[in-house]
Amino acid sequence: MKLTGAEIIWECLQKEGVDVVFGYPGGAILPTYDAMTKYSKIHHVLVRHEQGATHMADGYARASGRVGVAIATSGPGATNMVTGIATAMMDSSPIVCITGQVGSKAIGTDAFQETDVTGVTLPITKHNYLVTKPGDIARAIREAFYIAQSGRPGPVLVDITKDAQQMTCEFDWEAAAPRLPGYRPTHRAPSSEFARAAELINSAKRPLILAGQGILKSGTTAEVLKLAKTAGIPITTTLLGIGVIPASSPFNLGMMGMHGEAWVNEAIQQADLLIALGMRFDDRVTGNLKTYALNAKKIHVDIDPTEINKNVPVDVALIGDLREVLAEIQPQVKKADHAEWWATINASRGDAAVRDIQSLPDSGHLYAAHVINDLWRLTQKRDTIVVTDVGQHQMWEAQYFRHEKPRSLITSGGLGTMGFALPAAIGAKFACPEKDVWVVVGDGGFQMTSCELATAEQEGIKVNVAIINNSFLGMVRQWQEFFYDKRYAATPMTGPDFVKLAEAYRLKGLRCNKRGDVKATVEKTLAAKETVVIDFVVEKEDSVFPMVPAGADLDKMIRRPKQDVMLESGSDKEWEMPGSTLPNVFAEAKAEAKALNGRGKAARASGPARKTPKSAKSNRR
Amino acid sequence: MAKHTLIAYVEDVPGVLNRVASLFRRRNFNIDSLTVGGTDQPGVSRLTVVVDTTEAGARIVEANLYKLVNVLRVDDLTHKASLTRELGLVKIKVSPETRAQVLQLVEVFRARVVDVDEKTITVEVTGTPEKIAKFELIVRPYGIVEMVRTGAVSMARGHEPVSSAPPLVRTAADHHHDTSGISMSV
Repeated sequence: MKLTGAEIIWECLQKEGVDVVFGYPGGAILPTYDAMTKYSKIHHVLVRHEQGATHMADGYARASGRVGVAIATSGPGATNMVTGIATAMMDSSPIVCITGQVGSKAIGTDAFQETDVTGVTLPITKHNYLVTKPGDIARAIREAFYIAQSGRPGPVLVDITKDAQQMTCEFDWEAAAPRLPGYRPTHRAPSSEFARAAELINSAKRPLILAGQGILKSGTTAEVLKLAKTAGIPITTTLLGIGVIPASSPFNLGMMGMHGEAWVNEAIQQADLLIALGMRFDDRVTGNLKTYALNAKKIHVDIDPTEINKNVPVDVALIGDLREVLAEIQPQVKKADHAEWWATINASRGDAAVRDIQSLPDSGHLYAAHVINDLWRLTQKRDTIVVTDVGQHQMWEAQYFRHEKPRSLITSGGLGTMGFALPAAIGAKFACPEKDVWVVVGDGGFQMTSCELATAEQEGIKVNVAIINNSFLGMVRQWQEFFYDKRYAATPMTGPDFVKLAEAYRLKGLRCNKRGDVKATVEKTLAAKETVVIDFVVEKEDSVFPMVPAGADLDKMIRRPKQDVMLESGSDKEWEMPGSTLPNVFAEAKAEAKALNGRGKAARASGPARKTPKSAKSNRR
Repeated sequence: MAKHTLIAYVEDVPGVLNRVASLFRRRNFNIDSLTVGGTDQPGVSRLTVVVDTTEAGARIVEANLYKLVNVLRVDDLTHKASLTRELGLVKIKVSPETRAQVLQLVEVFRARVVDVDEKTITVEVTGTPEKIAKFELIVRPYGIVEMVRTGAVSMARGHEPVSSAPPLVRTAADHHHDTSGISMSV
């Protein structure tokens, strides 16, 4: 069958089972768009910015487990995809990006809209292709899909010249089967390693499972819970691991890391065995590596050999598919309950409840934590996917929205991409039209990609956008408050009237600034047929607690003050920016922060004497 | 920190050297030398990379090389009996008085004179990188007009295969098996 290169692209997408693609047309990809009209089974979503296309493909992939597809033209179209590709790379999300390239004869001439896109995306893709002949298109796309979803998933880019799209050639799907002699997606650890791992698990007194996104990718929630139940092992999750273990499971202690639960971080530091399942010891979960879990032996299970010993040296490495690894190790694990260890952990939980914002008296102010917790209460009977952006709201969501199912939280973890939430949510909605999709986003991140509201409107889909609006780049402001003596450089931020903005896009806009109104607002949103944007006007200078300062020891957290003056002030007036001389309400937290900012060990060793302003300054250097 | 010599067999496709070089920069490793050339197998090139790193660092480099889709096999020759050779071309300034001395040194190093004119002698010297460095040191007082080194190439001694890595080129059937192993249900 003779087809044009452009037709071959669509044939291949169809054969790979693609039902929706997210894209934006342009000169170098025009032949492909022209051919699209013949392939009505694949729905094309016109985005408003190519970054949105990649995030949508990413959100689609994360919600469904299938490969997401984004299409763009050469030059600026392709470079606009860079942020989305890097986001997918860091979070191991399987997407395939197809970009047009100038004609093969024009390559290297600085032709109009020419960019070396395979060169630009080389370090941020799992693999990429430059295709200059129609006969090579089918194999490149087949290999791209295979590479994207096998082993540790990731983004693959296929750059196809305009002439390759226009010329015709014989299309043979079978002959285009992947030929990848150097690609090793799967590995198998030797049995001796399994025996050593089982021995460590069976002899541990204070074991802890660190549950990461690998569990979600391998679909092994039940297997991990079985291991935990058999050996009485508590589980803590990474940010991307949220949802892989039900929040209601008695084995799930909550999230670890920079803004993780205090008792979890303390448990990690006290544990004598860490069993890391599909997680990569990111600096946001380890804090200071020199003091990280010094009492613990470590077992690391990961499908990617480059993760082993990258940040944390481990005692046993089980490289391979988590499902196979767990199946082999489970029969070798002996029953245990570790009652003493559980008692230790539970004892340190009590303190946190006292500090929890939920336990503090309602002073009439609207706090992000309240909004998010109420949102969870009001939606928990519905099948909901929450997509978050990056910053304070993301951490509050992780802390106060309790996820029971895998793939119910989608967030940009590794790259921390602001502007991710809205487009990723649109992608997720296409993957799961039957579910409610909520966007929890800050006023800063929302403004980065709010143009995609038009995409939602044009497609007639419903996502519910909860803007946590504190008129600040909140997380940066928090760092400035703790570590830069409250010099709020470039963090106070204005924005449009979000209600009117929604209405301008012919969507529904709502505003809420009282806790008492949250319920009614959420109910109105759920009842609406169209996409709704809610402007939750929250406390401006609230902070996320606990917090491990970057590079500090994991158990040296800044805690929410037990008496939060902010909650009791009864007035926002004295909190207004800029430049007011504020009472030292966070004295306790700030003193801790200052000391810890000297990078953990030094600060610890220095003791109280170093807390004078002068030496605190020298610590910072 | 020590010098580690890694051999990588790569598919001879456009951009493959770029991928390898990018990897070292991205993961913050310094390449001491990198050479690339053909092998007895068509479509397969062979890289010799010398990198200054710790033992753990070498393992990370090796794993990262394997992760590149175009890399077929990686061998670490650092702790194995191996041959390492490098070639250097050195153009040395000579006068009628020093020419004989330089020729004598060339003899001692078993190097070869490949070009002579009234003011210079160009010498080809092969051997270990250390030997070439030593030759450079010895002739430097006479004046080096120009010099170039190829970078090291290495090969294991003996007839045993150096690693238990998979064969260079697998069959399509191998791949079919891999595809069926992917869990699509996640």
